This record gives sequence, structure tokens and C-alpha cells, in this order.
Amino acid sequence: MALSREEVLHLADIYHIYLSDDEVEVMREQLASILEQFQVLSELDTDDVTPTSHSVPLTTVMREDVSREPYPTEQVLSNAPDTYGQYFQVRTVLED
Amino acid sequence: MEPFDLTIHEARTLLDSRQLSAAELTEAVLGRIAAVEPQVGAFVTVTEDIAREAAAAADSSMAGGVTTPLTGIPMQIKDVMSTRGIRTTCSSRILENFVPLYNATVVERLYERGPVLMGKGNMDEFAMGSSTENSAFHVTHNPWDLDRVPGGSSGGSAAAVAAGEAFFSLGSDTGGSIRQPAALCGITGLKPTYGLVSRFGLVAFASSLDQIGPLTKDVEDCATVLNAIAGHDPRDSTSIPGGRPDYTAALTGDIRGMRLGIPREYFGDGIDPAVDAAVHQAIGVLRDAGAVVEECSLPLTSYALAVYYIIAPSECSTNLARYDGVKYGYSVDDASTAWETQERTRSSGFGAEVKRRIMLGTYALSAGYYDAYYLKALKVRTLIRREFEDAFQRFDALVTPTTPTPAFRIGEKTDDPVSMYKSDVLTIPVNIAGIPCISVPCGFSEGLPIGMQVMGPALGEEAILRIAHAYQKATDLHTRRPEGLG
Repeated sequence: MALSREEVLHLADIYHIYLSDDEVEVMREQLASILEQFQVLSELDTDDVTPTSHSVPLTTVMREDVSREPYPTEQVLSNAPDTYGQYFQVRTVLED
Repeated sequence: MEPFDLTIHEARTLLDSRQLSAAELTEAVLGRIAAVEPQVGAFVTVTEDIAREAAAAADSSMAGGVTTPLTGIPMQIKDVMSTRGIRTTCSSRILENFVPLYNATVVERLYERGPVLMGKGNMDEFAMGSSTENSAFHVTHNPWDLDRVPGGSSGGSAAAVAAGEAFFSLGSDTGGSIRQPAALCGITGLKPTYGLVSRFGLVAFASSLDQIGPLTKDVEDCATVLNAIAGHDPRDSTSIPGGRPDYTAALTGDIRGMRLGIPREYFGDGIDPAVDAAVHQAIGVLRDAGAVVEECSLPLTSYALAVYYIIAPSECSTNLARYDGVKYGYSVDDASTAWETQERTRSSGFGAEVKRRIMLGTYALSAGYYDAYYLKALKVRTLIRREFEDAFQRFDALVTPTTPTPAFRIGEKTDDPVSMYKSDVLTIPVNIAGIPCISVPCGFSEGLPIGMQVMGPALGEEAILRIAHAYQKATDLHTRRPEGLG
């Protein structure tokens, strides 16, 4: 059972990633066959089980609030695809 | 034996007795890289100039009487760990020209000990894959059979060490990415307990599963490298506080009375008979060395794969959302809006497997599916952890095969993601539980290496290193090197 084209496009839309028509087709089949493998989990009763998000029992790790020298702006911008003065530059965000 | 075929501890003896200089050792390895790299393809970047400088620095350091176990030893780092001033690509187009401003903590810790960086290791893009075929740059070939995969995702690391292009490499292991390639390339690989080694500067794939560890030629070298990289790091809030022992002190060779469990779910269906036979023979060696061996059962083993392929893609879809074409990395330059930039940057910057996992994770985390997939997986994770904890009440360690089969052919599984995912079925449970596990070579089938895993309880590195070391003291499989390269 494949996912619908609309379902795949909806996921791509949530993530802000463009998929070509061919990619959508391949994804419909492949995601469905992977999701099918997950059905086995329904065999297990987990009603009273606490979820484990992390295997180290640490919560709210704090550190001393010590100020440090920041990286110079030109270094921070050195990997940016597009800059304007001391800023990252992006294309239009709000259209008219 | 050529200098590049030596182990770290063998090279150390030659360096310390001045029979060999760090510069000579580095030249020997650079020569080896020049000779075999066109066939093997283990590196994304070879840092020849940096290596020569570091070797010279190591020689003057040793002349001045300052020597660590790693001074002057040529190493490689998987290209998923940040190296200041040296591009760090994750074998992805999206980071092809990314040059980090800082070093990962593990890199910093290594630099303090004076090894020589030869370059950055090829890998599956963002560590997603089991064959290194998902690298955006080139495929890495298994040094034992160039038509076969080296495993993945740390395939460049394993191939480099096996081929003599580095004495050790650091890999990262999210679902087997150190142990599986170590097994397929006939070397030793350790995934430490989650939190033993800092993840600061490791480009995140699945943050609750990722862990950095060594790939080496034998267990003694593995303990030496672990000593260098393990430690608490205030910059990683999941780093386990407190000190770390000297792991080399655990290599006593004495495993008399140690209790080893052999979980039957790791054998049987889908396991190549040659793998089964080699691991059982190795278990016999451990028994002869005085270990108490008993069969046991971990009935939840078969559920781990599904848990992993929900949790890892979910975390990856969140982590990879940072690649938006604004702050760093590749960006399309002809989009008309910011949204279009982001959508098309990801579209052409990410490869097929990364997209597949992003979509899978987005699905598992989306409204209406979160409880059924992601939350369910986290609950089964609790059950799997408990099952291991119970087993370690009875056993000091568990022994299993590392992979169901020896190295498969390049191209064999690329069109079938489910079949590729299943090649991780024996390595994944350990990551779900956060426990340590080492893979060592335990046999050959038609010239291809076979690996055995030794799993321990959380922070049980000393026990598994001791067992794996005792096995290598009784056998010589770890001393074999691939022939006919270059």
C-alpha cells in the first residue's frame, strides 16, 4: 500500500523541501514499505511504560554563567553564502 | 612488515627507540595513501601539509622528552567531526565547502596528545547508511575486495585503517556505524557508552544515539585511543560527569570466571552460516580462556530495528532543519524568495537517503502520527533497555555476530532501503540501550572478514575490552592485512 501523492507533498511542505515528481513517486512506495516494518511494534503492550528519550539519566544540566569572547563577526560570516555588511543576507521573506 | 601495517603500540616502540622518526612514519603513510587511495577512496580530504607539520612537531616534542602514547601516530578523522580550518563536509553537497571555526572536543583532546592528522574520512552522507555508497563525493571500496562495500557509515574510517592509510580513525556510531564497517573491513571498532565521549563538534544526526569511538587494528590500540578521547565535557550536557579509568589497565588477559551470555536471537534466520560458525568458534576460544558461557534470550531484539528507524529519522529531521542555505553551506543563488531558497537548497543539497529519512522523521513526528510512531518507539526503547539491564544482572558481557553477512557487493542494496536497513539488525539494539560494544575480527569467509561483538552494561568498557583483548591474545586474525593493494 503506497502513500498518496498528496500525503508525500504535505510532508515535503511541512519540512520546506522541494521534491521532483519522480522523487515523490519513489518516496510514495519506499516510505510505505518502511512504515510497514514499523507495524510489529503494535504487538507490544506499552500502556504503562515510561518513554525513554535519552539513555543517560541527566536532567537540566547547568553551567556557570561565565562570559567568553565571541567569534569575530567576519569569521562567523565566513561560511555564509550571502552577506550584507555585518549581516547574513536572505531573499525576500514577505511578499507584497 | 611495512611501517604502515604496524599497530600503534608497535610503531610506538620504534618511535621511542629512535629506530623511526615521526616524519618517516608519516611519509610512509602518505606514500601508502598515494598508492592505494585511487583504489580504496577512504578520504574526503587528505591533509598532506598539515600532516608533515604535525610530524615535525611530534619529532621535536619527542626530542624534548615529551611523548604520549599517540605522539607522531598518523590518524584519520571521520568527516563528521569539526576540525578548525579544515573543511568538514559530512560527505554532503550541502557542506561541501564548510570550514569550521572550532575543533570538536575529541579533536582537541587528540591534538593535545600529538598524533598526526592525515585527513578526513569518507562516510555515508550525514552518517546515514551502511555502505558508504551514500557519500555525495565517491564510493569507498573494501580493501579486502574492491568490488565490495566497506560498510558504513564510517566506511572511510574502517577502510583507511585496514588499508594502512592511518593507524587509527575516529568514527561515529548511531546504529552500528563504527562496528559494522570495522567488522566488514577486519579491524577493531568500539562504540562507547552513550555520554562517555563528548559529542561537542560532532555534526548531529540522531542526538540520543550518536556516539564517537575508535577504529583501530587491535584492542590494545583501541584502549589507547579511548583513553585519549573519553572524558567529561561541560560543552556537551549529555556527557557523563566524573573521571574515566585507564582503559589499557583493563587488558590483563585474564577472563577466567567472567560470565558471557550468548543471546540466541542474534543467531539463526538471516545469519550467514559462515558467520554463525566463526562466532561460535570464537566463543569456544573464550571458553577455553576460562570464561563461563551460557545461552540466553533477548526476546525484544527483533523490535529494535523498527524502534531505531523511527527514532533516528525523527531526530535527524529535526537536526537537519538547520541547513537552510543562510548561515553556512551550499545555497541556490537564483531563488526569488527566502522560502524558495530553503526548499530548493535542501532539494539539491541533500542526497536520496537523507531526504528519505527526513521525510520518514517528519511523518513520525507529524500531528496524528506522533503517538503511534515516535512515542511508541520511545516506550519500546524503555523495554529494550530493561531487557539488557536484566541480562547484565546475570552476565558480564554478551557475545554475538556484528553483521548477518560479510561485506556485500557495491550496488547490491542501493535500490532497496529496507534490505539495506536490515544489515544493521545486530548492531542497533546497543544504541537503543546506550550501552558499549566492541567488534573484533573473528574469522574469514572466502577472503572476507567476519566480526564478533562483545556488549557490556553501561560504563562496562573495561570488561568488554578485557574480553576482546583476551580473544586477540589467543588468536591472530587481527594481525592479517589485505594484500595486493596499490
